[in-house]
Order: sequence, then structure tokens, then C-alpha cells
Amino acid sequence: MPEVRLVVNGAEHVVADAPVGMSLAQLLREELGLIGTKTACNEGHCGACTVQVDGVPVLSCITLAHTVEGEVTTIEGLREHPLVDAFVRADAVQCGFCTPGQIVSAAALVASNPEPTRREIRHRMAGNLCRCGTYPKIEEAILTWRD
Amino acid sequence: MARLIRTEKEVEGRYEEVWLVVEEDTLDQWPAGPRRVVGRPAARKDGPERARGEARYTADILLPGMLHAAILRSPHAHARVKRIDFAPALALPGVRGVLGPGDAPGLVDEAGFNGAPVAAVAADTYGQARRALRAIEIEWEPLEVVLDPEDAVAKGLLTVEPRRYERGDFEQALAGADVVVEGTYRTQTVLHNSLETHQSVCEWIGDTLHVHTSTQYIWGVRAAVAEGLGLPQDKVRVVCEYMGGGFGSKNDPGEYTFVAAELARRTGRPVRCGLTRREENTAAGNRNGTIQRLVVGARFDGTIVALGGEFVNAVGWSGWCSSTEGPMQMLYACDNVRTLTHGAKVNTPPMKAFRAPGFVEGTFGLECLIDELAATLAVDPLELRRRNYASSNDGKPYSSKSLDECYALAEKHWERRHEVRSRSDETWRYGVGMASQIWYGGGGPPSYAWTRVGSDGRVSVITAMQDIGTGTRTAMAQIAAEELGVPLDRVDVVLGDSARGPYASISAGSSTLPSMGPAVRAAAADAKRQILELAAQRHSVDQGDLDIVDGSVVSADGTVSTALEEVVGLLGPAQLLGKGARGPNPAGMSVLTFGVQVAEVAVDVETGEVRVLRVAAIHDVGRIVNPLGAESQVEGGIIQAIGHTLSEERLLDPETGRTLTTTLESYRMPTIADVPEIVAEFVDRPDEHLTNLGSKGLGEPPIIPTAAAIANAIRDATGADVHELPISREELLRALEEARRRAADGAKEPVGTR
Repeated sequence: MPEVRLVVNGAEHVVADAPVGMSLAQLLREELGLIGTKTACNEGHCGACTVQVDGVPVLSCITLAHTVEGEVTTIEGLREHPLVDAFVRADAVQCGFCTPGQIVSAAALVASNPEPTRREIRHRMAGNLCRCGTYPKIEEAILTWRD
Repeated sequence: MARLIRTEKEVEGRYEEVWLVVEEDTLDQWPAGPRRVVGRPAARKDGPERARGEARYTADILLPGMLHAAILRSPHAHARVKRIDFAPALALPGVRGVLGPGDAPGLVDEAGFNGAPVAAVAADTYGQARRALRAIEIEWEPLEVVLDPEDAVAKGLLTVEPRRYERGDFEQALAGADVVVEGTYRTQTVLHNSLETHQSVCEWIGDTLHVHTSTQYIWGVRAAVAEGLGLPQDKVRVVCEYMGGGFGSKNDPGEYTFVAAELARRTGRPVRCGLTRREENTAAGNRNGTIQRLVVGARFDGTIVALGGEFVNAVGWSGWCSSTEGPMQMLYACDNVRTLTHGAKVNTPPMKAFRAPGFVEGTFGLECLIDELAATLAVDPLELRRRNYASSNDGKPYSSKSLDECYALAEKHWERRHEVRSRSDETWRYGVGMASQIWYGGGGPPSYAWTRVGSDGRVSVITAMQDIGTGTRTAMAQIAAEELGVPLDRVDVVLGDSARGPYASISAGSSTLPSMGPAVRAAAADAKRQILELAAQRHSVDQGDLDIVDGSVVSADGTVSTALEEVVGLLGPAQLLGKGARGPNPAGMSVLTFGVQVAEVAVDVETGEVRVLRVAAIHDVGRIVNPLGAESQVEGGIIQAIGHTLSEERLLDPETGRTLTTTLESYRMPTIADVPEIVAEFVDRPDEHLTNLGSKGLGEPPIIPTAAAIANAIRDATGADVHELPISREELLRALEEARRRAADGAKEPVGTR
């Protein structure tokens, strides 16, 4: 089983025996213990597993671990991001299962566009499902993330 | 003191007569309105750990040596296992154990729906378990399949005896009505699709089974697992600290828990058994479809004189026959009501409670019918609802009801209809509609809580309940902080473990806050009394003169003013314990929740596209503990409702009963881009008869009236009477065509002006 070398949240990791076909989500959660990344559908439809690769949101459940070339950022690498506090303040967290993925997506959004409009937020965040329906609060959190 | 009472207990609209041990509720309610902590917006206590990805859900329980189980499911809608051979599966690498029909509760040899669980495999990896499933040799004997609910009713295939209800003389009243409006309404099957799928991790330590599970009812799982496996209840420990949504589908252990427990017993290893998203959409339960044949008779002045309904609930292979008829019996004053409800036993996946089961479906039918009556009579829909205001629940007084105030608060939203309609052009028509809501949500005993006050003046609320994402921890902390007179940040809530805290309520039926809140307040009051006893002795003053305010023990005359930690510091390394219980519900009264929603829509009459622009919701659920969390509950309920109103539908292959919508791509739930402006308002008045808190539940009420409000807005915009959920383009274009034909025939002239 070929090894995987990855930079995750600034630290280099070597997984010596990752089976071919292992998803990035599985590697992060099971090999590196980074359980903040959730998998909810495991087929790229819900966005719960979103991580960044070189700052770009990627669905880690349908990304093969061996194919990742850039630097990976997970929710664990964004814990001090002001968006975390903004989400809590705005009550954009209900059951919270989708929240790490939402914040990872939102962090990529505000990195490229620090003052997104509601329309831009709705466009860029539409790939992250929330069954509890925190969407209005997510919009609020992203609009006020620097407050 | 404990007291034994015989009482009706209600969960999700189902009543049973039970003996209950209750303790007296001796505390007076706080006055109405925001207090120091209660009634003021609070950010979630557990928000940071959930947002930072630190909260450990069942999905994150990865134990050393843990095996992974996968479940073999029936590919037939109805069939019996004739022969099953595990040998080829057991020969595969990594396979550690197998279970067949009868080896664990839930695994059956007669599969009643496509997706029914029949066998299971545990292996070192989940992939190996799945591979092994495919190697199991199984021979099926096909049995007769009935998928159509009306077909099932005709054949007498029912889950329960037909449910009949009548008050007054329906036939005579209908015959004497000035106007009669009839309609057949259909609602679809809707899937919960909590983002955390149904799952458990089971492990035996000694003779005790440890169950980590994503559940809405720790104690229900404990009792059911103990019964299913023949264990004493104390030999089952159930843990659920964080869970990723349930919406009614996680009230019982499910086959996955039994599979994990039994495979763990047989292999001596911890076993995880979790549903995939596709299994979640196939076999985890659903809101059942309904067919509702409804009729209303009224006088020209709008007084409703007769209401009748025949309801068919397509229950599925298992599940219960929810009260689709409830809104018709309860929402309006009407002396003559007759309902008949059939629960059809069909070879489809099981019904499970889904956020106000029955009332969501029944309110769609009833509130569309009432609006069609208003249109027929040319009476304003709000006025019609006020004219038929119910002042008791079938003769039983309400513990409190402020629906009239909801209507008053709705007026400003309802007034917008003139401006909204005026935006219409040839293609896009704009309109406004409303619908009312009635539901349970009073909770009840038994429920218990403890408070632990440390010598540093910090407080832990301890109770073995679960927080399913509704903000339970926060509300409980607010109540304890309020009662104890300490800042909110000094209170933590410890929950989620049956071995670490007393019995607590199910988190379903909008019962968490009204069941647990009063117990927490009582426990905090018990601790406060002990603190003041200590302070009175320490300062040689009368205990009755002392209070705790903002973390200080103070006397009325100002001679004592000392930090709480100085008093409780006397405990040294020890702590002080308070104990509280939920008192009884008010005898002889109906405890119900109410509300009204006003929806604004735009309809493209050429393509059938519907856009929901704005929903204003006004609910009466007694005292609001956390206005921020309450607003989130309302928004979430309305967004879920927009899903079942416009896009969500579980589709089955009509030949095989196989679920076609197994993914989140084909089963279309709302995204952030589908959300309208939502305005949430509350009457916020304590129910003076209900507990020391006066709060009812809010989880379910907001999802109830939305579909009808949207359908009624579509009628306002276009004249089309939609009768089916979801309101697909096909259904809307059908209704538009029908409205055009009717207009051409001149058949729908208002009669109220005759």
C-alpha cells in the first residue's frame, strides 16, 4: 500500500500504509484523528466533509488521498478563525454536524472576498447542506464575521 | 413529596393512561417578560465545540479494536428468506462475525419492504463487511406486494383498526349548510435525512453493554435494548453527548444498535454499525404519505357548521397511524365533526415520527380547505379564522391560548398583501397566504435534574438527557442561572449519559423544554435554599431575608453582601447538591401550542415555478427562555417545511417498491439559496397553569402551517387550488389549468354577496 505524504494545517504527515482508494476524509479522520471533518453522505452531495486544498474548498469524501498535491486545511486549522466566533454569536449552529464544513467553505469565501454580498454568500455556500436550517444565521455570521 | 397520580401522558399527539409518580411543583412562576438571564438571547453553550469540530458525535467514536458492521437488506418489497448461507462470506478476509434472521432484534426472515434488514456482517473494515454481504448466498420466496395505500385499505390491510371520531351530527349539519366545499389533498413521503445517519457503537465491558448512539431518547434506548437482549436495565449504559439531528427518527434503538450489540458480544470487540446515506433514504423511516378527502360546510356569514374528513395514512410495513385528523378536530370551533382514519399497511419503508407527525399533513389539507371556503364566500381568510375561533378543546379548557394575539400580530404582515399583489405582471403573479397551527408540546413528568454547586461558586446541571441540536444545554443553563442568581457563564450542563444523571425526558414532541426546564429550575431552587441556609447560619441572619443576586448572597436590609463563593467555600473540597423533579400537568386542561404564518410567493404561471419570498411566523408557546434559540427553531422549521412544500419527495419504483431517491442529489432538500426572508415573532406569555416555568415546546409548531400558507399564497396569486405536496410544476400547472377552466365556466363566483 503506497504511502501518502500530506501537509495538513501546516504540519507534514506521512501515512505509510494507506490503501489505494482511501478518501481524504477517511485519512484525515481515521489515520490523523482529525474528526472535525464530518462525512454525512460520502458521495459528494452535502458538503459536510469540506476541507481546503491550497485554499480551495474540496469535498474530502470523494477526493482520493493519494491524489492530493496541495496543502490541506481542515476545521482544526481554522479553530481560531473569527468565523468560528461569528457562527456561535449568530446562532448558526444547531446540531452542528454540518458546521465545520460550513466554516471551512465560508473561510475560503471570505479569504477571496472579505465583504461578500448576500447573493454571493448564497451562491458560494449552496453546496453545504444544513438539515436543521441554520441558513439565515449562516448568512448573518458571514456578513458579520469581522465584527 | 412524591405523589402517585393516574393521568394521561401525551407524546407526539398519542395519549396513554398511566400511573405516574410526581413531585409537587411548589415554585411560583416568574413574572412574564425578560428576566436577568431567562428571556434574553444567549449564544449556545455548546456552540464553540460544535463549530470548532471538537464535539464528539457517535460518528466520531472510534474505539481501539473496533469492528465495522454492514447490514444485508432485502432487494424485494415483500419476500421470505428460504435459505441463507454465510460460508462464502465467512471465508473472506477480515470477516469476524455474521448474524442472520432472528439473531438480533430487527433482523427478520420476512422482509416487508425493499430495504428491510435481514442479516449482518462484522469485519475489520467497513469495505470488507460490504464485500462479505455480497458473498452471502440467499434464496428468497417472493410474497404478495401491496404498494398502493388505497388498495391496501380496500383489502383490509391495516396497521390498526380504523379510527372513527364524531361530535354533534355531522350529516345533518352538512345538509343544512349554506355552502359546502370539498377537496382531496395528497401529501408525499418525506425523509428526515439528519446529517448524522442512524448509528451506534456497542462495546461490552464486563457484563455491561455500553451503547454510544445517535438518539433522541437515551432512556428509551436503554429500556428497549435491555428488553431486546434480556438484560437488566442497569447493565445497559447509553451515551449520546452530541448528536447530529433526529427530527423524530431517532426515538428508538433501531436494528443497527442490536446488530452492533450482538456482534460485539459474539466477537468480543467493539462494533460500529451505522447506516449509509443511501440506507438512510431507504430504511430509516419517513413521514408517511397521506390521502385526505375533506369537506367543510358553512353559513354565508362564514360560521363553520360541519367538518368531515376521510384520511388514509400510507403507514408502510411498520410505524404508527399518526393523527392526520387532529387539526380538523381541534383547530376551529365547530360543533359537528366527523373523521375516519385508516392506517394502510403497505410494503414500503416504515413510518417514523417526523416533526409534528400527522399535524403537518393534516394542517396542509385543512388549512387549504378553509382558504378555499374563504374564497368561495369572499370572506377575508384572517376574518374567517377569527369567526371560527375555538374557546375550548372539545369542551376541555386550554391551560392557555393566545392564538387571537398571534392573529393580531399577524395583521401587519397580512396587510402587505395589497402591495405584494400589485407587483404582479402577466408572467409572474404575486400573492399572500396564511395558515394557522395547533399542536401539543406541553411535555410532562417524569423528568429529573440535579444541580451541583462547587466551592468556587460554579454550577453544574446534571441530567441524563440529550441535546439534539435544539439548544437544550443553553436553555437549561439559563434556567439554572436565573434561579440561582448567578451569571450564565458560571453554569455548565452535563448530559448525554444514562450512567451519569437521573432520568430525563425524550427529546421529541416539543417536550424537552416543558418537561426538563421545570425540573432544572426545581433542582436549582433546592441548591439555592441550601446555600441560603448556610449563609443564614454564617451571618446569623434570618434565611428568609437572604437572596442571591448576580453571584452574591445579599440580605434585604443590605447588612449581608458577600460573594457566593465565600459562602459555598465553606464546603471546602466538597459540593452541595440540589435535586428537582417535573411536577404534574394541570389536571383537566388541554396543553397546546398555537401559531399563524403568513407567506408571500411569486408564481411563474407559464412554467409553474414557485418562489417563496417571505414567511412571517407568530407562535404562542408560553414563555420564551432563549429568544435567539427560539428564532433559530422557527427558521429551521420553516426551511424544512419549504422543502416538503416545494421539492422533497421520496419516490418508489411502482413495480418493485425500490426507493429511487436514495441520494441527497435526487432527494432535494433546501439549500441556503432557497431560503426566503423569515420573520419570527412570539406572544411570549407564560402559561400560568403549566409548571413553574410556563413554557411549552417550540420544536414542531413552526413546521406545521407553512405548506398551507404557501399553497394559499399561490391561490391568492393565481386562483389555482393546489392539492398536492410537493407543489411540483406539474401539480401547479394542473391547478392553474383547472382554475382557468373554472373561470371560463363561471363556476367559482363568490357566493358570500348573494
